[in-house]
Amino acid sequence: MQQVESIQAEPAASAATAKLGRAIVITSGKGGVGKTTTTANLGTALARRGARVVMIDADIGLRNLDIVLGLESRVKHHLLDVLEDRVTIDDALVGDKHSENLFLLAAAQSREKDDVETPKMQALVASLRERFDYVLIDCPAGIELGFKNAVAGAQEAIVVCTPEVSAVRDVDRVVGLLGNRFRPQLVINRLRPHLVKKGKMLSVEDVNAILRLPLLGVLADEPEIIVTTNRGEPLALRTENATGAAYHAIAARLAGDDVPPPMPPVPKPTLLERIGSLVGRKRS
Amino acid sequence: MIEFLRRLFGHNGSSATAKERLRLVLMTDHLELAPEMIETMKRELVDVISRHVEVDRERIEVNFERQDSTLALLANIPIVSVNRPNGKADATAAPPPQTAPPKSEPVAKAAESDGEAKPPRKRRRRKKSPAKTAAAPAVS
Amino acid sequence: MNARKIVITSGKGGVGKTTTTDNLGATLANRGHRVILIDADIGLRNLDLVLGLEKRIVFDLVEVAEGRCQLRQALIKDKRFESLSILPAAQTREKDAITPEQFASIVERAAEQADYVLIDSPAGIETGFRNAVAGATEAIVVTTPEVSSIRDADRVVGKIAGAGKPIRLIVNRLRPEMVRSGDMLSVDDVCDVLSIELLGVVPDDEEVIDTTNRGEPIVLSDTNRLRTIYDKIARRLEGELVPFTSFDGQSFIGRIIDALKAG
Repeated sequence: MQQVESIQAEPAASAATAKLGRAIVITSGKGGVGKTTTTANLGTALARRGARVVMIDADIGLRNLDIVLGLESRVKHHLLDVLEDRVTIDDALVGDKHSENLFLLAAAQSREKDDVETPKMQALVASLRERFDYVLIDCPAGIELGFKNAVAGAQEAIVVCTPEVSAVRDVDRVVGLLGNRFRPQLVINRLRPHLVKKGKMLSVEDVNAILRLPLLGVLADEPEIIVTTNRGEPLALRTENATGAAYHAIAARLAGDDVPPPMPPVPKPTLLERIGSLVGRKRS
Repeated sequence: MIEFLRRLFGHNGSSATAKERLRLVLMTDHLELAPEMIETMKRELVDVISRHVEVDRERIEVNFERQDSTLALLANIPIVSVNRPNGKADATAAPPPQTAPPKSEPVAKAAESDGEAKPPRKRRRRKKSPAKTAAAPAVS
Repeated sequence: MNARKIVITSGKGGVGKTTTTDNLGATLANRGHRVILIDADIGLRNLDLVLGLEKRIVFDLVEVAEGRCQLRQALIKDKRFESLSILPAAQTREKDAITPEQFASIVERAAEQADYVLIDSPAGIETGFRNAVAGATEAIVVTTPEVSSIRDADRVVGKIAGAGKPIRLIVNRLRPEMVRSGDMLSVDDVCDVLSIELLGVVPDDEEVIDTTNRGEPIVLSDTNRLRTIYDKIARRLEGELVPFTSFDGQSFIGRIIDALKAG
């Protein structure tokens, strides 16, 4: 990754100014493992802690961060409008419906990923770091140009993986491509504890034995995520939900709080097990 | 136990919301993907209107706007002159737009989008002449 | 007669392209057709893994394109079937290691020795996708009943349509209980929005995770209902009019709940 390695250290001038925000790319290789959901929820959780957060949807042509946040009707300008100097960043930023200090820079829908020039992307991220505590970059699936551009401006990486062979293999490849510049942290998504218990799904330990990455969080498979996307209301808005709370824990860990390390969720008793115990009680 | 089951199965449906949002977002996506179609549509719209009134083609604005649960096409087409009912051109027709006010009356409406006030949006309005006769072509 | 060349694509990642490719391929092979599966996901190959053939890879797609080996040397025959072979992708190369023309030419060569060539497309709409589509004369678009997937599927249909290739839809990972409770879009909802011919509806099934871990297509399982579902899809692909399985019938759990409420 020639371009990535040639990035200079931050300009000296910034040392005198306020602390620069952290630019974090959320990537995975495999599609559909939860990058966009993680970006939306992590952004929400960080904003709720008082941080100023901007989320960039780098999936040009297949934008979805807007719809996951419920902001699709508010997007007037997009990333390429900014990169090509048709509008200012402020014109393009969309304020979140639910959380203060949370902003979205949407992808272009009708353009191609080739249209993004890497140096411009880097410059954009650098300038956003001056205004925001966190710049979260939602990376497209794959390892093509879209991926490279999303990674280009970032200093940190979160890799999202489901406990499935294909996903683990892809993350492994991506970590290799990210190279030495990054020390990626891992989020394991869509764990099904009851399947792990039966040996039908890789466990957290299994995944980490292969990937050997610092574990940022573990999220159980949560059908409610589908509902939240239907409505455009990220689950992190509901801390009473276990997965919502888990996103907040991830935000806390990311921020460096002293939070207990992620624990794999325990299997809930299955419906049949509960029925069984109910019937058992009735009998006795 | 029944409560647990109720909670599990008793959501109020988000799928209707999803379908509606999807319908609208796809419309927007399709429009974004078809700039040539939009250009053609604008041209044809103006051609049709021009058959009945003279318009200022340079100052035409056509935009799509999200309104509640629909997408709307809003066109602002300044009208320069209107033929007399007998078909002859209006003698007071103004040449360059800067020197004569457009004959259409702007319907000023502060279009609000998410709390941000926008400049008043003009609506296209067909000007009705008081001496309109049955022979005058109806603009649909 | 040359094979039918079908690309399986989606736009959105993770909706089940690879699972669909291997299971549909396996089913067609079981129905007596000669099937070749091609993994077009250079750099992120997975078709070999889900079929448990990863240890048998000698040559790959890019090496065939570069003329470093013959197609037949790269094809891996799956011994569980009469006539199912796969052409794996390269793992350490980039998607631009092959041009659409080169890919199309390889697909043509495969088509000379098969009845069906199924191309497993990568996610996205970039080079890899364009390559995958270049080789095909038909497309199957896979989506889940979720907003993002459907939006991406729509985009992909837009990209393929107009080239005269028939495009059909598979709705994957349907959860009938969530559709019933109004928390998931129904198949009808999806079809309304996408307006392309429906080829099949596949319900969500946890067992797929386990069988994929073991490198086995789910259709090899005698007991799993997906075997019948994929069989129906194959028959529709062959041109038969097959009614769609109804998932509206009450589930086992639903019956228990009613029994509990009554008792």
